Amino acid sequence: MKRLFVLLAVLALVAAACGSDADDTTTTAAAGGDTTQPTEAPVEGIQAAANACAEGATDGPLNLYNWTDYIPTGALAEDFEVDDLVAKFEEEHGENVTLTFFNSNEDMLAQIDAGASYDVVVPSDYMVVTMIDADLLVELNRDAVPNLDANIAPLFQDPAYDAGNRFSAPYQWGTTGIGYLYGSIDDSEGVSWAVLFDPEMATPNAGYISLLNDTRETLGSALKYLGYSLNTTNPDEVDEAAQLIADAREHIAAFNSSSYWTLLSSGEFNLSQGWNGDFLAEYDRISEYDDDGNLTYDAYEDFGYAIPVEGSAAWVDTMAIPTTAEHPCTAHTFINFMLDAENGGTLTNFNYYASPNEAAEEYIYEEILEWDAIYPPPETMAILEFFEDLGDFNNYYADAFTAAKG
Amino acid sequence: MTTLHRGAAARPAVDRSLATFGWLVFAFLYLPIVLVVAFSFSRSESVGRWGGFSLRWYEQMLGNDQLLNALWNSVVVALISTLVATVLGTAAALSLDRYRRWVGRGAFDGLLYLPIIIPDVTMAVMLLLWFTQTGVVALGRGSITLAHIAFNISFVAIVVRARLAHMDPAMEDAAADLYANRWQRFRRVTLPLIMPGVLGGALLALTLSLDDVVITSFVQGPGSTTLPVYVFGLIRRTVTPVINAVSTVMIVVSMVLVLTSLVFQRRSEKSK
Amino acid sequence: MTLLDEREKAQTEAVNPRLERKARRRESWRGFFHAAPAFVYLTFFFTLPLLVVFVFSFASRSNTGKPQLEGWNLDSWTRIADPLVRTIAVRSLTMAIANTVLCLLIAYPFAYWIATRARQSTRTLLLIAVLVPFWSNFLVRTYAWRMLLDSDGYITQLGELTGLWGRMLFTAPAVFIGLVYGYLPFMVLPLYAALERMDWSLVEAGRDLYASGAKAFQKITLPLSKPGIIAGSILVFIPSLGAYVTPDILGGAKTNLLGNLIVTQFQAARNWPFGSALSGAIMIIMLVATLVYFRTGGRTV
Repeated sequence: MKRLFVLLAVLALVAAACGSDADDTTTTAAAGGDTTQPTEAPVEGIQAAANACAEGATDGPLNLYNWTDYIPTGALAEDFEVDDLVAKFEEEHGENVTLTFFNSNEDMLAQIDAGASYDVVVPSDYMVVTMIDADLLVELNRDAVPNLDANIAPLFQDPAYDAGNRFSAPYQWGTTGIGYLYGSIDDSEGVSWAVLFDPEMATPNAGYISLLNDTRETLGSALKYLGYSLNTTNPDEVDEAAQLIADAREHIAAFNSSSYWTLLSSGEFNLSQGWNGDFLAEYDRISEYDDDGNLTYDAYEDFGYAIPVEGSAAWVDTMAIPTTAEHPCTAHTFINFMLDAENGGTLTNFNYYASPNEAAEEYIYEEILEWDAIYPPPETMAILEFFEDLGDFNNYYADAFTAAKG
Repeated sequence: MTTLHRGAAARPAVDRSLATFGWLVFAFLYLPIVLVVAFSFSRSESVGRWGGFSLRWYEQMLGNDQLLNALWNSVVVALISTLVATVLGTAAALSLDRYRRWVGRGAFDGLLYLPIIIPDVTMAVMLLLWFTQTGVVALGRGSITLAHIAFNISFVAIVVRARLAHMDPAMEDAAADLYANRWQRFRRVTLPLIMPGVLGGALLALTLSLDDVVITSFVQGPGSTTLPVYVFGLIRRTVTPVINAVSTVMIVVSMVLVLTSLVFQRRSEKSK
Repeated sequence: MTLLDEREKAQTEAVNPRLERKARRRESWRGFFHAAPAFVYLTFFFTLPLLVVFVFSFASRSNTGKPQLEGWNLDSWTRIADPLVRTIAVRSLTMAIANTVLCLLIAYPFAYWIATRARQSTRTLLLIAVLVPFWSNFLVRTYAWRMLLDSDGYITQLGELTGLWGRMLFTAPAVFIGLVYGYLPFMVLPLYAALERMDWSLVEAGRDLYASGAKAFQKITLPLSKPGIIAGSILVFIPSLGAYVTPDILGGAKTNLLGNLIVTQFQAARNWPFGSALSGAIMIIMLVATLVYFRTGGRTV
C-alpha cells in the first residue's frame, strides 16, 4: 500500500517537473463593455502591438482555437490526402502551433469573454458582430494580411457582419439545407421545407426526420418556410416559426447538430436539416473503393443534398484575433498564410466547404468547383440569406427556441 | 458472519433466481463495453459494421499526436488530482468523525456537500471566471487539476466517513497501547484500518476525474485538452473506431491499475 | 482522538476541571487542524467562485451573456416562477425519481446477491467488475447504446425477433436505459456496503420467528438496509436531476430538462444571470432538503 502511494507521488512529481504548457503570464483584458471589470492590460495595448506587426513577422507561438477537425492536420489530413496545414505553417514560419478545439460559437465566446488567451479564433459570422460590439476583437493590420484584399472574392469583401473585413477574415462558407435519402421525398420539382415542417408532408418519414439543434438555424428555416426573412425582428413572425417547431416535435426523431450526417447515412434518418459540407464529406466517406482506387459503391446514388425552394441560410466562418491574444504578429501571419491561394484550396479539398478565396479556385478539385451543392449556381445564390446579428433581439430568438422545445 | 448463505437456509430456487438475475445485470453492464472493444478491432470505418480483424485503429491512435497528448493530459490530471483530493478528503473525514466539537464543524459539514449537488455547468462557469479574473493560474493543465480536486474532495470524504463510522474502536484502542506516539498510532493502526475507505474514495475520484467533460472543457487552456473533451469533439466529425481503440486502452489500463493496487493490499495485509 | 485519550481525559476530568477545559480546547484545535487544508482549498476554489456566480444572478443580462455589474435586479429569480421553467422542473424531477426507483429495483437484488451468495474472496472482484465499464469514456458508452438501440441495433433486432419491441432510440425507454446504465453503480455500492455490514444473526432469528423467508426479509433485512437505500438514492437522484447529455443523445434532444436549460443560458441563450439563478435555486433546494433530512435524525452511514 505504501508502495502504491509512493508510486503515485513519484508520478506526480515527474509530471509536475515536465512542466505545464500554459504561460506564466496572467491573462489580459476581458470584455470592454463592463466598466467595473478589472482589466490587466488595456485593449489599446494589444491593438498597438497589432498595428506594429510587419508582414510575415512572428512574436511567439500560435494558440489556435478552432472547430474540431476544421483544419487539415495529422492523421486526418493523411486520410484525405491533403497537406497538413498546421505542420506547413510551423515549418514555413518556425513557430509552434497549439490547437485547442471548441464545439460551438457560444463555448468560444464564453472562454474569450472570461479572458482566456488565444491568438486566432474561428467565429461564425453572427458571432463576429457580437464580439466586435463587446470589444473582443483586434482590428486587423492590413499590412500584415495582404492576402485579405488580394485574394478574397468580391462577395465577401464587404460583408454585412463586418464592414470591410476590419476585424475578421473569411475562412470557409457554406449553406444550410436538407440532406436526404433518395426516394424518401419527391424532389422532382425541388425540395421544400414542408417535408420537415408540414405535418401532412412529413408523415411518410415521421420518426426519421431531424432538425438542427440551433436557435438561429432552426428558427431560420422555419421563418424561410413561412416566407419571412431569417433576420426578422418582428416578434409575431418569430413566434409563428417557434410554433411550427413546437408542432414538428410530433413527427421528428431528434434535434441534432453534431452527428446527424452519420445517422442519415446509417439509416436512422431519412431527412436531416444540416450543413452542406457535413453531408458531402460523409457521403464521400461511406463511398467504397477497391484496392485500385475504383469506385465500388457510390453513396451519391443513394443520398442527396438540396437547398429548399423557399430559400435558406448561407453562413461564413471567419478567422479573427481576440483582444486576449498574446502573439498578435504570429496571428496576423497565420491568417495571411490561410488566405494564401494554395492553402485555401487545400482547406476546401479537405472539408468540402466552399472557399471565399477567389485565388484558391486554381487549387480546388474540379469536381468540387462544379458541385452545385458546394458552389451554388446564381439562381440558388439569390435565395440564400446570410445571418445578421440582431442585437438585443437575439435574446427573443433564444427564448423562443427554448420555449419551442418545451 | 461469513457463511455462504447468510441469514437464510440454502434455498436452491431463490439462489438460482438471484444468480440468474445477477448475471443478467452483468450482461447489461458489459453489453456496450463488449461492443466497443470488439469494434476497435474491426477494419471497417463504420462503427457497427464488422470488416474483418485489424489493428489499424490502434496504429492510427498511436500516430495521432493530438489524441496522445489528450490522453497524457487526462492521466496526469487524474493522478495528481486524485492524490491531493484523497489526502485532503481523508483529513476532512477524520476531522468530522473523530472530533465532535470544534469551531465551524457544522458549516464545514454542509460545505462538503455543496460540490456534490452543484450542477456541472455552474461549477464550470464559476471556475472559468475565477481563474481568468484572478489570474491565480493560467488556463491549462493546472487549472483543470485544481478544478478536479475541488469536486473530488467531497466524494472522497463521504466514502472515508462511511468507513470510519463502522470501525470498531476497540481495535484501535488495543493497538494504541502499543504506540506512545500519536503519529505512529495513526500510521500503524488507524490508516491501515481505514485504508479500504481511502482506496475506495481514491478510486471514485480517479473515475470522476477521467470522465469529466463539462468542467474540463470550460477551464482548459491551449494544448491542455483532455481525452473526454477531445473525444466529444471527435464524435462530432468523424465517428471512426479510433475512439473505440482509445476506450479499450483506457479500460485495460484502469483494470491493471486497480488489480495492481489490490495485489499490493493483499500482500501488505499478509505481512501484518 | 483515540479512546485511550478519551479515557485519560475522562479520568483527569473527574479530578481537575481546568484540565478538562484544556482537553476540550485541544480537541477543538485538533479537529479544526484536520479540516483546515480542505476548508482552505474549498474556500478558494469553490465558495468564493460560487459567491461570484450568486452575485451574477442579480445582475443584468448583456449581449454577450456575461452579466453587467450594474442594474441590479431580481428578474432572473422571478423568472424561475415561469410556467415554462416549472414544466421543465417537473419533467426533470419525474425523470430523476423514476431513474432512482428503477436503479433501486435493479440494484437491490443484485447487491443482495453479491453480499449474501458470493464467496468472500470473489466479492471484491465482483464489485470491481461492476466499476470497470465506467473507466471507459462516458460518451463512447452512450454512443454504443445509441448503436445498440438504433434501427439495425442488436437490441432492436432481438426485439423484432421476439415481437416485443421495435426501435427504441429517440424514445423515453431509451433514455431510461441509458440513465439506469449510467447510475447503477452509485446505487449498487452503498446498498452492498449496507448489506455487507448487517448483523445477519438478526435475520436468522427473524426466520425462526416468522417461519418465512419473505417475511423475515420484509421485517428485518429491508429496514436494516435502509441506510444503504437512502445513500444510494441520494447518490442517484441528485445527479439525475441535472442530467441532460444522456437524454439528448438517446432521446433526440426533443425536450428541455433542467440541465439543458442551465447550459443553454450560459451558451446559446446568453443569459448568465438566469443560468446563475437557476443553479442557485437548485442548490438551495437540495441543500435544504439534505439538511432537513439530517436534522430529523436520518443517517446515511
